[in-house]
Parts: sequence; C-alpha cells; structure tokens
Amino acid sequence: METVLPLPTLQISTATYNLTGMAKVLRVFFLLLRLLAVAATLCAVVIMATSHDSTTVFGITLEAKFQHTPALVFFVVANGIAFIYSLIVLFVPSTSLLSRSIIVFDVILAMLLTAAIAAAGAMAQLGKKGNSHAGWFPICDRVPNFCDHVMGAMICGCVAVITFLLIVLYDIHQVLSPKFP
Amino acid sequence: MADKAMADENGKQTERETTLSRLLKSKMAAQLLISLRLAALVATSTAAGLMAFNKETITVTVAVVGTKPILQSFTAAFQQTPAFVYFVIVNAIASLYNLLAMLLGPYLKNRGRDVLVHLSDMAVFALVATGAAAAASMAELGKNGNKYARWNPICDRFEAFCIRGGVALVAAFIGAVLLLVMNAFTAISLMCKSVASNN
Repeated sequence: METVLPLPTLQISTATYNLTGMAKVLRVFFLLLRLLAVAATLCAVVIMATSHDSTTVFGITLEAKFQHTPALVFFVVANGIAFIYSLIVLFVPSTSLLSRSIIVFDVILAMLLTAAIAAAGAMAQLGKKGNSHAGWFPICDRVPNFCDHVMGAMICGCVAVITFLLIVLYDIHQVLSPKFP
Repeated sequence: MADKAMADENGKQTERETTLSRLLKSKMAAQLLISLRLAALVATSTAAGLMAFNKETITVTVAVVGTKPILQSFTAAFQQTPAFVYFVIVNAIASLYNLLAMLLGPYLKNRGRDVLVHLSDMAVFALVATGAAAAASMAELGKNGNKYARWNPICDRFEAFCIRGGVALVAAFIGAVLLLVMNAFTAISLMCKSVASNN
C-alpha cells in the first residue's frame, strides 16, 4: 500500500516511481497537458473579458462588448468553469477514489468547451461577414480591436478544447488498461 | 487472518463485478443500446431533414406609388447561414453513423472494435453538440436580435421559418442527450469488461 503525500501535491505522487519508463513519460506528458489546459482556459477568459471597443459613426456611438452577445458570455463562463476545474484537478492524488469521477468531469467539461467554442464561432463568423439576407451588417470593419480580441480568445479556446480532448483520450486509456490494482 | 479477510473481500468484489458485467452483457442491455441508437437515429434525421427543408418566402409592401403598392419578396432559407448548413451536415453524418452502427452491431463483438465504436460515438456526439450549439446561438439572435449591433430580429416576419428551425433544434438536442446516454452506457460496460478480464 503506497503512502500518499500530504496536500498540496501534484499528480506525481509516489506511485509514479513504480511505473515503467513509457508509462512514466506519458504520465508526465499529461500532467503538462493539464497545466496547458489551465493556461489556455485562463487566456481565453481574460482575452474575451477585456474585449471592448467603441467607435463613433455620424455622432452615434457604437459600442462593442462581449456582454452584448449571449454566445460570448457563455464562452467566458464555460472557460471560467474549465479553468477553476483544471486548477482543482492538479491537486488531486491520482490513485484515490476521486480519480474515477475526474474522468467523468473531464468528459463533461470537454463537451461544454466544444459547445462554447461552436457558439462563439457562429457569432464571430456573423460579426465578420454579416448576413445580407437578414440585413445584418458586419461589424468587424468598425470595431477591429473587439474582433481581434474575440479571435485571440477563440484561438485559446481551440487550444483548450484540443487539450481537454487529449486528456479525455488518456483517461479512457487509463480506464481500459488500469496500471494500479 | 488479514490475508484471509482480504481474500474474502476480493472474492466478494469479484462476485459483485461479475454480476454487474453479467447484467451488462445480458440481452436487456443489448436491446437497450439498440433502442437508444434507434431513437438517436430518429432524432438526428428529423433535425437534419426539418432544417434542410426550411425555407420561407414572404411578400411585403415596400412602397405605395399613388394607389398601386409595390411588392417585394424576401426569402429566408437555411443556406444563407453557415451555422445552419453545418447543423444539417452534422446531423446527416450522425444519423448515417447511427444507421451504420445499428446495422453492423451484431458483427462487432471484438474488444478492439468495441473501443473503436465507443470512440466514434464520442466523436459523433461532439459533432452533434457543436452543430446544435452553433445553430442555437444563431436562432437566439434571429429571435431576439442584437440592438447594439443594429441587427434586427427576423422571427416576427418569418414565423414558419423560425418554428421549423426551433423544432429541428429541439430534435438535435434530444439526439445529443441520447448520444450522451449511449456514450456513458458503453463506457461503463467497457470498464466493467476490462475489470472483469483483469481479475
């Protein structure tokens, strides 16, 4: 029975030293991937939350904020939840009962992030190209700073989604061939 | 003494696990999976078909010259919005995949093929979720508009278009939930099989 190091401890617990070389490499790689997920979700939240631009057209001020669009608000909230979850998960010992439910939460949050980036992508495409059939004109030529911020946040969101998907694949691999009895 | 106690516990655990895995390998579980797949097939094909035939033309009086009104017709179709095009494509892919999985189900009993089916299930679920999310954000915009960007809502003029799109969206969400339940089911059965085979 291995001893569990006291909290706070990262997932490199004493159990890592019992693994073979390849499994240890994979373990370290996926720990780094979780750190990348933390960074990517934080970047997405911060960049989208600081997107604010205004322009004056014929005396009317046109202001663009992410709060005006529910899809972008959903994007910020989903990435915020994923950020907090990724931070918490870094401190969970990897062989406890909690690690089984972490797999479930990983899948749920990966799905949440994909839905968020899909919704934000639809809004971003509309803001860039508009929809001439509905009389909706593009806004990116008037508020370029806002559009740049949204694009940056979506790139971070894409990286976060891919990272979460890789983490989910690793979780499935761990479930199907468990290394710990 | 401690060894015997641990052996007993292991024995009981193995018994409980084989009961669960026996339940999951039973006919009822297979029938449940097939019916879930059929329901998901119906839901996603409904969503794809309904959105694909979503088109509405209205004629509006734009000006009155003297006593003669000048009419102009406006069309709302799903092809005008890339999000709806993606929605149709993704739901078509999902329904074809479900049909294929249902037809080939009895022939895929290998452990490796089970894992492959589960991974494709997850991929298809992710596709349907993104399609539904993008279409939902466009539908919300069409219904409420965005006054800050001077984008007026269109649902007050194109009522049938909006209603059909809404029903297609609901069907896609139901399909996504069914796919999620199916995913969880296959994941748990794969886990139980792997635990049983390792013991």
